[in-house]
Amino acid sequence: MKSRRDVFQAIADPTRRAIITLVAIQAMTPGAIAEHFGSSRQTISKHIQILTECELLEQEQNGREIYYHLNAIKIKEIANFIEPFRKLWEERFNKLESIMKKYQADK
Amino acid sequence: MELKTKIKAENNKQEIHITREFDLPVELLFKAYVEPEIVEQWMGTKVLKLENKKHGSYQFETTDPKGNKHRFNGVIHEFNPTHQIIRTFEMENTPFPVQLEYLEFEKLTGDRSKLTIQIIYKSVASRDQMLQLPFAQGLNMAHNRLEEIVLKLG
Repeated sequence: MKSRRDVFQAIADPTRRAIITLVAIQAMTPGAIAEHFGSSRQTISKHIQILTECELLEQEQNGREIYYHLNAIKIKEIANFIEPFRKLWEERFNKLESIMKKYQADK
Repeated sequence: MELKTKIKAENNKQEIHITREFDLPVELLFKAYVEPEIVEQWMGTKVLKLENKKHGSYQFETTDPKGNKHRFNGVIHEFNPTHQIIRTFEMENTPFPVQLEYLEFEKLTGDRSKLTIQIIYKSVASRDQMLQLPFAQGLNMAHNRLEEIVLKLG
């Protein structure tokens, strides 16, 4: 099944990258994560939800609390260092294509 | 998600191949590389000079989010409309060595085309360094954001 969220879209957001960096050090509860940010708890929960949907974060039940930790396999996927380079060209070429389609239509 | 742009970068080689198919006639794809106003739009650069001919040269300029200007340039070795461009590429005021680029434009159907770019670098190490640039920039952005957060906490 295709993931609803794209991993690269998920890490495009600076707050979500900061969450990843925090959780990389140790598994944390949503409350503990939220304490590190100036944003509301709801905003942070939304970010956590997105990161979980694209499998960057995994939930772990510990007593009554839910802890989040990093999914190492998925992180390896984004740590593929060529991907940002590819993405850069993908975006440029998408732009080229849409500009030239418009150019063609205008003629 | 479909990957339209493919990068082939084999280990221990000093070259890469970038391939991409376009929903465009090859003439239009080629035009996007030739007309300065169009190049500026999709590359996000200012075109200071673009001489589309053998022994011609080009110079582009980009402005980063901090307002710093970066120029890059090259010499055109071959200019064969709708088929091929061979050129060099060099980033000015950086230690990165000049690279050689072969751009092959191919007609697939009347309204589809394919671009293959082969880039040859001075060494395996300089290739890997160029490939890592966007990755490192992404990490730096994350790092800057973390600093902001830490400052807010303090």
